[in-house]
Amino acid sequence: MASRMVHAANPICETMKKYIIQFAHQHLDFRIPEIRSIVSLIGCEASLKECDLVSGSPFMEIKLKNDTDAMRIMKRSVLSKRVYELWAEGTSVKEVKDKIDSLPSEVTEEYTNNGKSFRIIVETFNKKISSAEKIKKIELLTESASVFQAKINLRTPDVSFHLLEFYENDSKPSEEPLKVFFGRWVADGQRDAIQQYHLQKRHFIANTSMDACLSMVMANLAQVKHDDFVMDPFVGSGSLLVSSAHYGAYVMGTDIDYLLLHARAKPSRACQKTRASDESVRQNLQQYGLESRYIDVMVADASRHRVWRKGCRFDAIITDPPYGIRESAAKIATVDESQVKEVEGAPHYPQKAQYNIGDIYKDLLNFAAKFLELGGRLVYWLPIFRPEYQESNIPQHPCLRLESNCEQPLNLSISRRLITMVKDKEFEEIHNSEGASIAVDQYEKESFRQKYFKAVVAAGSAEKQSS
Amino acid sequence: MKLLTHNMLTSNIIKGVSNGFPLGIVANKVEVKDVDFNQSFVLKTLSKVDWNALRQAATQVGHGDGLPEELGEDLKENDDVLKKIHNAMLQVEVVEGELVCPETGRKFPISNGIPNMLLLEHELQ
Repeated sequence: MASRMVHAANPICETMKKYIIQFAHQHLDFRIPEIRSIVSLIGCEASLKECDLVSGSPFMEIKLKNDTDAMRIMKRSVLSKRVYELWAEGTSVKEVKDKIDSLPSEVTEEYTNNGKSFRIIVETFNKKISSAEKIKKIELLTESASVFQAKINLRTPDVSFHLLEFYENDSKPSEEPLKVFFGRWVADGQRDAIQQYHLQKRHFIANTSMDACLSMVMANLAQVKHDDFVMDPFVGSGSLLVSSAHYGAYVMGTDIDYLLLHARAKPSRACQKTRASDESVRQNLQQYGLESRYIDVMVADASRHRVWRKGCRFDAIITDPPYGIRESAAKIATVDESQVKEVEGAPHYPQKAQYNIGDIYKDLLNFAAKFLELGGRLVYWLPIFRPEYQESNIPQHPCLRLESNCEQPLNLSISRRLITMVKDKEFEEIHNSEGASIAVDQYEKESFRQKYFKAVVAAGSAEKQSS
Repeated sequence: MKLLTHNMLTSNIIKGVSNGFPLGIVANKVEVKDVDFNQSFVLKTLSKVDWNALRQAATQVGHGDGLPEELGEDLKENDDVLKKIHNAMLQVEVVEGELVCPETGRKFPISNGIPNMLLLEHELQ
């Protein structure tokens, strides 16, 4: 089997073309997993040259079959700025120019033949250069490279070429670039969608609403697609449902916070005294014309899985559980945990018990193991105390395979990790005794909140000492 | 609350309850909200719902007309029936009312379209 696959792959490799993805310089750890996830979602052939990014460069080579696949990837990627077909690379503009000159005409002709207009855009990374210097580089390219004989059109060209230069990240920028790429623009990524869904313009937000960019990255890692059914068991204001609905999914969520879901919680925006009565998850979807994708939200305790009928299935579960810093972690206490007596006739708010972080995650994984479709994905944030982090802190479940693990540092000692897991075994196939576990639970003795504030205090006193 | 959601819920979280499905519905206010018809989603979702419970629930809230007793094989070609199912599953909403546990009669209030499935401490499994 293995050898047959190798043979089958060979002719495909030969027809692959080189492209360059230009990433935004944001959420660095998430860039490769996002592209990988999109590639497997759309099911195209791709080979990523991951080592390109190690030096801090925003440019990564990717081999693809054609422009169509490149466009399909850009249609989903929020961490990519653009993708280009790579025509030449080197360490100087001169070298790149020589390489363009020797390109076979099959590559160039379609884009440079008579009647086609073009422009060249120069972009530098880690160094600012003047427009005069940019023009010099363009002139060097066009004067001698035989392919650029067509008309120049700066505003609406038929073809857009980009000269990309990457310089070493140093306090004193070096004269010569580390790397120069020359490529034909193919498509833009989804950076504009981040503005479209910006939280500043969102009708209903909560204290821990996820920003638009990361919400969309999460939907990409969860491989949310048209007509999926997506669930968020800690839904809050529904930011993650908005991005899933944007990609065509039907969405549902639960939250234990009755007041928040009913727009009676304390407002999260500065200078706002009360919430508007129509602040709701549904309203957030309506704001973007996505109301048809709204199924429901309900007030429920995420640790009580028996509320769901056996046979319920979600294509993806995407969530940001409460870590206990800005939103407290809570579940409904059972009688032994709370000794509070009922007052006859008084309106009752169920007693919320401290919800240990480890238990939140074990419950979440058990929920996903039962209610995800086979092949479906669970994507969630895990708070990390960095000095003690090890891979064994990641919760595991016999039905779920760890797909990716990306870190978003928040400060020196605190970060959160976005964990993506794929359900690759049915719950019924495992023994009853097996369930979610955490080999080394960071928060067994001390909550994340305690660790967090200890680190804040330590950082504060260190600062005082140094001043 | 849409009837699709009703179809997914049980009261098996209550102490002693093991067959809390389907939940009864007391509907004090029902609305029909426009949702774009999407044949493939309706078909895909139908394969996972408990059809009897969905049909019963739709009848209970006064929107069961024209729903077939059993789902035939030829559903895909029958857009008229699919649109009725779409209506029952995704457009009909209980805005105010209650869900009722079939074993204990315990009520879960629905207000502003949002069911509240929280229990008191002593009721929990």
